[in-house]
Amino acid sequence: MSAAAIELSGLSYAYPDGTPALRGVNLHIAHGEAVAVVGANGAGKSTLLLHLNGLLMPSGGEVRIGGLAVTRATLAQVRRSVGFVFQDADDQLFMPTVQDDVAFGPSNLGLPALDVEAWVRAALEAVGATHLAKRAPYRLSGGEKRAVAIAGVLAMEPSILVLDEPSSGLDSAARRRLIDLLQSIRQTRVIATHDLDLVLEVCGRVLVMHDGQVLADGSPNTLFADSGLLQRCHLEPPPSGPSFRGCT
Amino acid sequence: MTRLASALDDLRTLDSLASRDTILAHRDPRAKLATTLAFIVTVASFDRYRVGALLPLALYPIALAALGDIPSRLLLRALWLASPFAVLVGIFNPLLDRATMLSLAGVELSAGWVSFTAILLRFALTASAALVLVASTGMQPLCAALTRLGVPRVFTVQLLFLYRYLFVLAGEASRMATARSLRAGDHSRMSPTVYASLLGHLLLRAFERARRVHGAMLARGFDGELRHADSWRWRRSDSLFTAGWGAFFAWVRIVDLPAAIGALLAGAAR
Repeated sequence: MSAAAIELSGLSYAYPDGTPALRGVNLHIAHGEAVAVVGANGAGKSTLLLHLNGLLMPSGGEVRIGGLAVTRATLAQVRRSVGFVFQDADDQLFMPTVQDDVAFGPSNLGLPALDVEAWVRAALEAVGATHLAKRAPYRLSGGEKRAVAIAGVLAMEPSILVLDEPSSGLDSAARRRLIDLLQSIRQTRVIATHDLDLVLEVCGRVLVMHDGQVLADGSPNTLFADSGLLQRCHLEPPPSGPSFRGCT
Repeated sequence: MTRLASALDDLRTLDSLASRDTILAHRDPRAKLATTLAFIVTVASFDRYRVGALLPLALYPIALAALGDIPSRLLLRALWLASPFAVLVGIFNPLLDRATMLSLAGVELSAGWVSFTAILLRFALTASAALVLVASTGMQPLCAALTRLGVPRVFTVQLLFLYRYLFVLAGEASRMATARSLRAGDHSRMSPTVYASLLGHLLLRAFERARRVHGAMLARGFDGELRHADSWRWRRSDSLFTAGWGAFFAWVRIVDLPAAIGALLAGAAR
C-alpha cells in the first residue's frame, strides 16, 4: 500500500470560459483519514472532488490515487478505488429498482452474478436499506435516496469514499443516520460540506478552501476556533462550538 | 408540460410494476418480447378496412394484464394520454374517403370512418400490448432481451438512455412549469416570448442534469455497456407460451372469427 491515498501536486483547473476554479492545490491525504473540505459557494470544493476520480481532468498539475497518476489510461483503475457520492442523489439513481441500482457498479466490475448479489446485499446492510431493495428509487424519501446512493458506491468496495454535500436536504433523523454511517466506515473519506457540525463528528482534518486554493489545513478544533479565518472564507463557526467529537 | 410529466410518471409506475412477483413476471423476457412482436406484426398485417376481425386479438393484452396483475386504470390512462397521436393519424380519413362501405341499423358508414375506427383499434391493441410488456418485464430486462435476440448493443443502450433521459427532461419541464405558474398570477396563458425562453432554459438545464447523470454513471465504472445480472433460463413453459399465442395469432389472422361466429349463429337461427 502506497503512503498516500490521495496526492495532489500543483492542481489547477479552469472552466471552458477561462474562469479559474482551482489554483495550484497541493495536498496529501493518508489512508483511512476522514478529511472535510469546507468553504463558501464557488470556493472550488466540488471541482476539487471531481478531479479525484477523473470526472474532471486538470488544466495543470497532477492527481495521484494510491500512487497511480489519474490519466485517461488509468481511469478504470482509479474509479475502482474512488467511490463518488453526488450532491443530488437523483443524479445517481437511475435503475428501475434499488437492487438494480446498487448492482450497477459491481456489474461493471465484471463480477459473477452471485458475487454481485453478495456485494449488493452487504452494501444495503451497511446503510440499513435492505428493506428498500425492491423499491423504485424515485419513490424513496431524501434520506433513503442518500443511503441508497452511498450503498451504490460502497458496493464497489472502494478504498476512498468522496462525498459532495452529503447532508444537504436531510432532516435531523436522516442526518444522524448519515453521520453514524460515515463514522462506521473505515475507508479514506473526503467530504465537501457546509455542515460544520457534521465535520466535528466525522472528520479529524479540515481543508478550508477559498478562491480555488487551500487556505488552511488542520484539525477542526484549531481551524473552527480561528474566527479571522472563518470570516475571511465566509464561514460561520459550528453552532455547537469548535470541539472535535469524531472517531478519526 | 404537466400532461407530459403525468404521462411519463404513469410509464415509470408501469415500469416499477415489473419487480412484483406475478405469473407473467416468471416468463422469460425473450418469450414475452417475441410474442408481443408477433402480436404487433399480426395486428399490422390486417387490411385497413377490417375492424371486426381484429377484435379477438384483444384477448392477448387483456389476458396478459390479468396474468401480470396490472391495474387496468393505469393502462387506460396511458392509452388515453397517447390517443391524440392515433387520432391525428386517422382524422382525415373520413373526409378523404367518403364512399359508403356498410350500413349499420340504417346508418350508412363511409370507408373513411371504417378505416379511422380500424386505426384507433390497432393503436389500442398494439399500445396496450407494449404497455403490458413494459409493466410485466421492465425496460432494463427488455433491452437485455433485445440484445440477446440479436439487436445490436449500441441500439439497446441508446434505447435505455433515451428512456432514462426522457424522465430527466420531463422532470425539468415539470419543475419549470410549476415555477412559472406560481408566479404567473392572472397570466395563465404563456406568451411566445416566455415559451421560447422556457424551452431554451429547459434545454440547458436538461443538458446540465444529463451531464451529471452521465458523470455518476462513469464514476461507477460505466464503459458504454449496460450489464444486467439476469438469471434467465428458457423453460418449456416459455416455449408453450410463445407457441400457444403464436398459434392463436395465426388462427385469428386466417379465420375471421367474428364473421364465422355470426354465420354460425345466423345458420342456427334459420
